[in-house]
Amino acid sequence: MTDALTGHSVKQASFLDYAPAPESTSILHLKKSYGLFIDGAFVKGHGTPFKTISPATEVTIAEIANANAKDVDAAVAAARKAYDRTWSKLSGADRGKYLFRIARLVQERARELAVAESLDNGKPIKESRDVDVPLVAAWFFYYAGWADKLDYAGLGPNPKALGVAAQVIPWNFPLLMLAWKIAPALAAGNTVVIKPAETTSLSALLFAEILQQADLPAGVVNIVTGAGDTGEALVNHPDVNKVAFTGSTAVGRAIAKSIAGSGKKLTLELGGKAANIVFDDAPLDQAVEGIVNGIFFNQGHVCCAGSRLLVQENVHEEVVDRLKNRLSTLRLGDPLDKNTDIGAINSREQLERIRELSDIGEKEGAQRWTAPCAIPEKGFWFAPTIFDNVSTSSTIAREEIFGPVLSVLTFRTPAEAIAKANNTPYGLSAGIWSDKGSKILAVADQLRAGVIWANTFNRFDPASPFGGYKESGYGREGGRQGLTAYLSGAGWSAK
Amino acid sequence: MSPHLAVPKTYKLYIGGKFPRSESGRTYEVLTKKGAFLANASLASRKDARDAVVAARSAQPGWAAATAYNRGQVLYRIAELLEGRRDQFVDEVIVTEGLSKAAATKQVDTAIDAWVWYAGWADKYVQVAGNGNPVSGPYFNLSTPEPTGVVAIIAPQASDTPGGNSLLGLVSVIAPAILTGNTVVVVASQSAPLAAVSLAEVLATSDVPGGVVNILTGSPAEMAPWLAGHADVNALDLAGAESLDWVDLQVTAADTLKRVLAPEHGVPAPSLERIVALTETKTVWHTKSLI
Repeated sequence: MTDALTGHSVKQASFLDYAPAPESTSILHLKKSYGLFIDGAFVKGHGTPFKTISPATEVTIAEIANANAKDVDAAVAAARKAYDRTWSKLSGADRGKYLFRIARLVQERARELAVAESLDNGKPIKESRDVDVPLVAAWFFYYAGWADKLDYAGLGPNPKALGVAAQVIPWNFPLLMLAWKIAPALAAGNTVVIKPAETTSLSALLFAEILQQADLPAGVVNIVTGAGDTGEALVNHPDVNKVAFTGSTAVGRAIAKSIAGSGKKLTLELGGKAANIVFDDAPLDQAVEGIVNGIFFNQGHVCCAGSRLLVQENVHEEVVDRLKNRLSTLRLGDPLDKNTDIGAINSREQLERIRELSDIGEKEGAQRWTAPCAIPEKGFWFAPTIFDNVSTSSTIAREEIFGPVLSVLTFRTPAEAIAKANNTPYGLSAGIWSDKGSKILAVADQLRAGVIWANTFNRFDPASPFGGYKESGYGREGGRQGLTAYLSGAGWSAK
Repeated sequence: MSPHLAVPKTYKLYIGGKFPRSESGRTYEVLTKKGAFLANASLASRKDARDAVVAARSAQPGWAAATAYNRGQVLYRIAELLEGRRDQFVDEVIVTEGLSKAAATKQVDTAIDAWVWYAGWADKYVQVAGNGNPVSGPYFNLSTPEPTGVVAIIAPQASDTPGGNSLLGLVSVIAPAILTGNTVVVVASQSAPLAAVSLAEVLATSDVPGGVVNILTGSPAEMAPWLAGHADVNALDLAGAESLDWVDLQVTAADTLKRVLAPEHGVPAPSLERIVALTETKTVWHTKSLI
């Protein structure tokens, strides 16, 4: 049945309609306001505090301190002191024990962290509960074991920590990105000052409480909340030795420029415009699930999202039809509802960007299709959207949208698929769907991307290096490679 | 019979396997340490640098697709040819760098040995720098390093290293870059470019495909900014840029997020790190069926 005005199909009551099943927020014991976490204690910031809201309801959750340059100074000084006096003097085994403690505490408080994350970020609870928080614990557990095995990291004997690491993380996986940054840094023997994204500070501040419970020595991890200027003060601070940033390519470029010549070691995880290549011999049922997971996971707020679907011409119609069917069953709404598939867009600003780019896509001639779903009145929402017949030159095939918007392009031969997939300044990730192993391996060889998923998409693991080619940044996070990003070694020389 | 009148060589650029003069028509005088005239070397221009990048880019996929065993043999063959021209290189090092015969011979021998050392890495670095990853789930997961693409290199500049570097410096930056499948555009030592042009002749008569190594002579200060800003260059090795305005070069390189290796004092020692620094780790997840 279709609506006479919009042409959208009108959903009938069916087995797909679930009763609301909201996760209780009673597990959270939030404070009204949060300070900065410096030298093991919460302190007031010197900037003007800001409010963090739930993007699903626009209701204020808490007030967050704003770190200015003076606060950043204090945080870096605390990290330096902790590095000199405490952390660099501990054995690797003892550093590892602290990280194991943190991993366990994250597991113990997993539900609380998941609820806080969904509340503050807008992501569905089933993702924060089943993906983000378990991976946070896994990340600390994995790197804990590295702390006393640095000689095996591949940098020659007795590699050294770098010192104080300045870390700036994005809002799409707030706690997970914190874990990606802090776990390898501490295992390698560095101390840390980290700045969460302005819209998603909450889980980092709960994490600070976990650090207190773990009795981590004061100053080893410092958390400064604030906006871009706080991050700028942090990465440009003269007493930091390492800068790690995850975020947009534009900001990554600015950081690379601003610290040029400083000798600070830099790793950047930036934007992407991943191709998800579907061959006609792919298992289409799985491929459709993978395409959905690739671009609609976390509302498409994923740097490695499979935002360009490259589908072989002869299965194009079938794949797009199946996709539309599947998307029509996704449930958009309350992030805390256990049945929700698509949560809220993280901020009004991001929603506006998604709208703007989608409008451009339409103007440039692509066919727009939007999943029929009711949009809640309050909050920031964007229904899953597909653009078909997108050309390679189209803005929505080139620019990162960072939202639940899929661009569909077609190809005829593997060579054409590879050329189109590589036709981007980005090179973070890619997907390949085919039942033919030899074809997958041959195509994977040719793709210029740091992470390639064959017959799957958006898989993450602490043992698996993640990071991009070209303008998607440099350095890797995860695995042995992620550890070496925080170490300097004498190396293995010829003599 | 009158004594043999020498036939001097014309020193030209090496781009895409050919030996063009600079398109600008410019040359500069190469002098001995004492100031005597040796040769007119090509003073490469911005356009020459761009042509070299085009040649490097077009050669890159084919070179990277060669088997590691093949690349290793091709590189080893270069060492064989260097050995055959040992005396010529020693002479060129002596006249341009003002070294004793013993010091020049040592430099050339060290360069040949470094080349052999690097050649042997071609079919091994992936094993040492890559790894299988034990992820939680039914996936086969493998991380392997691959070449980053086109690398622009400022070679060590002569006269800042005891023992000289006009051949050794070049070898120390070219070999680690190309053994993985990268192609390179190298700006040679400005004051001592003779060995660089002779190395180009060795490369041209070896089995290295044209365009894999492109050698420019002239002013690093003039060419480096164009190479640092070139959007089709993936990495910038500033090994010999110590006396240049290298912070500005890093800033320029950040526009296209190039991988940048910092300036080094003297000749970079042979190391696995130098090889791996110009590679990208690719991680491939393959599903395993649930049987």
